[in-house]
Amino acid sequence: MIPASFDYLAPTSVEEALSVLAEAGDDAKVLAGGQSLLPILRMRLNAPEKVVDLGRIEALRGVRDGGDHLAIGAMTPYSDVVANDLVREHAGLLARAVETVADPQIRHRGTLGGALVHADPAGDVGAPVLALDATMVVVGPGGERTVPATEFFHDLFETAVGDGELLTEIRIPKHTGWGSAYEKFVRVSHQWSIVAVAATVRVEGGSIAEARVGLTNMGNTPLRATAVEQALVGSSASGLADACAAAAEGTNPPSDLNGDADYRRHLATVLTRRAVQKAMEG
Amino acid sequence: MTAVDDRPTTEVGRDRRRKEDQRLITGRTRWTDNIQLPGMLHLAMVRSPFAHAKILSIGTDEAKASTGVVAVYTGADLADSQGVNINAWPITPDQVTPTHLPVPADRVAHSGEIVAVVVARTAAQARDAAELVDVDYEELPAVLDMKEALKDEVLAHPDSGTNKSAFWKLDSKEQGSGGDVDEAIAKARQDGIVIEREYRQQRLVPAFMEPRSTVVDPTGEQISIWSATQVPHILRFAIAATMGIPESKVRVIAPDVGGGFGGKLQTTPEEFATIAVARKLGKPCKYTETRSETMVSAHHGRDQWQKLTLSAEKDGTVTGLKVELLADLGAYVAIVGGGVPVLGAWMFNSIYKFPAYQFNCQTILTNKTWVDAYRGAGRPEATYAIERIMDELAAEVGVDPIAIREKNWITHDEFPFTTVAGMTYDSGNYEAATEKALELFGYEELRAEQKQRRESGDPVQLGLGVSTFTEMCGLAPSRVLGSLSYGAGGWESASIRMLATGTVEVVSGATPHGQGHETAWSQIVADRLGIPFENIEVLHGDTQTAPKGLDTYGSRSLVVGGEAIVRAADKVIEKAKPIAAHLLEASVDDLEFSAGQFTVKGTDKGIGLTDIALATFAAHNLPDGVEPSIDADATYDPVNFSFPHGTHLCAMEVDTETGATSMRKYVCVDDIGTIINPLIVEGQVHGGLVQGIAQALWEGAEYDEQGTLVSGSFVDYTLPTAADTINFVSEHTVSPSTTNTLGTKGVGEAGTIASTPAVVNAIVDAVRHLGIDDIQMPCTPERVWKAIQSAGSHQAAAPVADAQPHFGDDAPNQDPAAGSTDGAAQ
Repeated sequence: MIPASFDYLAPTSVEEALSVLAEAGDDAKVLAGGQSLLPILRMRLNAPEKVVDLGRIEALRGVRDGGDHLAIGAMTPYSDVVANDLVREHAGLLARAVETVADPQIRHRGTLGGALVHADPAGDVGAPVLALDATMVVVGPGGERTVPATEFFHDLFETAVGDGELLTEIRIPKHTGWGSAYEKFVRVSHQWSIVAVAATVRVEGGSIAEARVGLTNMGNTPLRATAVEQALVGSSASGLADACAAAAEGTNPPSDLNGDADYRRHLATVLTRRAVQKAMEG
Repeated sequence: MTAVDDRPTTEVGRDRRRKEDQRLITGRTRWTDNIQLPGMLHLAMVRSPFAHAKILSIGTDEAKASTGVVAVYTGADLADSQGVNINAWPITPDQVTPTHLPVPADRVAHSGEIVAVVVARTAAQARDAAELVDVDYEELPAVLDMKEALKDEVLAHPDSGTNKSAFWKLDSKEQGSGGDVDEAIAKARQDGIVIEREYRQQRLVPAFMEPRSTVVDPTGEQISIWSATQVPHILRFAIAATMGIPESKVRVIAPDVGGGFGGKLQTTPEEFATIAVARKLGKPCKYTETRSETMVSAHHGRDQWQKLTLSAEKDGTVTGLKVELLADLGAYVAIVGGGVPVLGAWMFNSIYKFPAYQFNCQTILTNKTWVDAYRGAGRPEATYAIERIMDELAAEVGVDPIAIREKNWITHDEFPFTTVAGMTYDSGNYEAATEKALELFGYEELRAEQKQRRESGDPVQLGLGVSTFTEMCGLAPSRVLGSLSYGAGGWESASIRMLATGTVEVVSGATPHGQGHETAWSQIVADRLGIPFENIEVLHGDTQTAPKGLDTYGSRSLVVGGEAIVRAADKVIEKAKPIAAHLLEASVDDLEFSAGQFTVKGTDKGIGLTDIALATFAAHNLPDGVEPSIDADATYDPVNFSFPHGTHLCAMEVDTETGATSMRKYVCVDDIGTIINPLIVEGQVHGGLVQGIAQALWEGAEYDEQGTLVSGSFVDYTLPTAADTINFVSEHTVSPSTTNTLGTKGVGEAGTIASTPAVVNAIVDAVRHLGIDDIQMPCTPERVWKAIQSAGSHQAAAPVADAQPHFGDDAPNQDPAAGSTDGAAQ
């Protein structure tokens, strides 16, 4: 498990990182927490000439209260996201999803931004970020731009972050008082999600006033089940099944050793109902 | 009396913490890959991506020019110097055994096979250069499915002319140990019950913790080989036998070895290639594999289709059992590869009194990774099938699975009992273990809950699984092995050296790879010689220190190796006795030995064994004609196998909405005879249980249609962790073995053997009322869910009353989900 040799660069600021990337061109890979990139390099599935490590850029870490939203630095490790009081209070869904990622060692190394840019559809961060209507802050040679989560995920392992650009921050509108749940279906605990459903709801008088539902591993990108969200409005806990029945409509999930596409579609409907039900309970 | 007084006063039975664990757990020890020799070179292997291909040419120029590269060798370069990987157990005289060269020159027969070896100054340079070796292959048709292979249309080895390696049969009528099974089945078809089932034992990867590694030092008079192996003595023999090096010039060292589970019971292409290269270059060489390489090149385990026909009377009394096995050996017949499924011959009848029995085994070659021993080796496969089909019999008769077993098992007053397969079980008490297990489990309460859940239509159903297993351990009486054409004996060796300063060296030929031998052997010797536990050092794993041995596998170390130690210790006492008598000025006949002291009967005169060791070292005052040594050796050949048994009970919850299963409770009561160290036993049972449960629920080596191992990393080969398991209740009954001094039976494999059927029986029991009688392993949620779906529709069309199906031409009886995801993986 020895990677091909590469030049290792460790900039200490975003500006420096951008200029290093600009210089390197196509031959550079950005290293965040390394939990996906390092296995890829070690198995020699990829052999970049340069690896640009963002680990020394302190500015990219931490959670900030932005008033109506939370601003989470892209290099914030999963474990910090889970433990953060602001996240737990205002974006509970994200904490619930991230605490299911892999195992504690990986959660201490892996980062929220690294996982989002890696964009593995079986990863657990895309669905909650999508469901929470997050905005991604991307910087590049041309300056800073913001990308809504709905436009962030382009395809399998492809996002709005272009060559020479970096994801620096994830802004999540506060969902204070919303209940949330992440229903993750796996065979063994450290496995990638076979299917998972992220749901967060605002309950008024025993029925759902607003609902947000994201799907993990039901297609090439994380998906938002908007039809379900609309159908859920006004539902009480006893009337969820009908509203959730359409959760898998229009999805194109993979078939692999863990299950074929039809099975995944079935799972998505069951898990959506369960996630919403749990979310209603808190 | 205080609680403290209840503790055992002997070392045997004490829950000693393992003396080897600090170094093993911290890694501050000699794992093979930790070994660095001056001027050592590093190897990287170039492996075939194809399941079956001709090697047309290998371009090595670019690799040879790469930084740090010393040499690149192909199979042609190593042809006459690389030895050959041996099969030590041809199960029939005409077994088809394709030649297995470590680095073949002209053709590869499975993906992952080595085609070239790169040698460089660093491991990284070797890896870089391996990428530059340019191999031109011509792909050949590959045979991957063992039932397809039977047709001999596509051949795994074209020159062999067939994929059928060997056919092996045991018939109780022919060997005189029972009746005619075909008669029993024919009769039952008239007036009894016949159950026919075909079960699948999926292919597994023995995922030991430490990847394999070999270091070879060819400098000096002897060639020294360090290897992460279970079998240093067998490796030394194989090297001498096939590489043209005198055995006396070969030293093999298994330093601390990080697990094996049978997966390191092999002499490997990697070991032979490393030796060949080191000898060619005259320099120390190291090869350490990556996990990805382990997955495709270290041998796999299990992989059988098991067809069973069981006949019984209407009341459930069994009358016959016929077993027809297909066993995939992969591309080559590994060291005991052909013999592993044959071990099932004595195990399918298990604890039951079948009057007639027949076992048939066809071994098959395919273009997949070779298959050999994996924890339990032949016995878990057999136990799975018999314990599954006994549940089917219970369902057919309409009684509880416990009741059908009680009706048919050997009762405690019938021991010793000679089985229909011809084995003599020395001791056991299935009633006692079962009674204890039922009580610990709360069987009746759980049955009541199951009934309630069924009646209320709970989406989460509950099932209870039973497994009353036995196994054969302590491999093995050499004469029995000889009668089976096994290439070696089954004895084990030990030496005890009484050092002058009061400490003791125990040398064992059974080389551990994580079992805790150093602790257990110390406890045995401490009691036997009256020496403090701390003053005993156990040496092993180096053919120069422990020259005689047959290594560790088949739960043999304690039962065979432990007995050798007992006998060596008794010889020490016998040798010390005349010296003691001389020093005490007493007659030998008046001496007693107890707690490390010789005393003169009826007096307070005495002398300690360690004082005698010092006196013998000085040798100033010994009796005439007595040699100045009280050290002793013993080699023990077992008179019989040992037969641990136990009752395992498992409760599984099945979520009928998703097919997800979760374990609710697991109780096992094992009878492994006398327990030396309960803590070690607990560890063996826990680890064994998880490994067996993993076969039932999680693990499976799956290939695609090209013959590529899809589950080739731990991302897809889903090994469980502690997070996936529950707290097990593990208890014991003790029926000491009558064939060794300590009364031990072996515990290394019990958990793995027993747990797999307990889990699957529980899952099937949870959904049997829906019309399901089997789910193929691993019982993935998808398979469970699809079984429920198709049973539902099947049920609507036709009732499931036809419980005596005859085997159809094409099809297993079960598993509507089979084939949906595993395609060519069968």
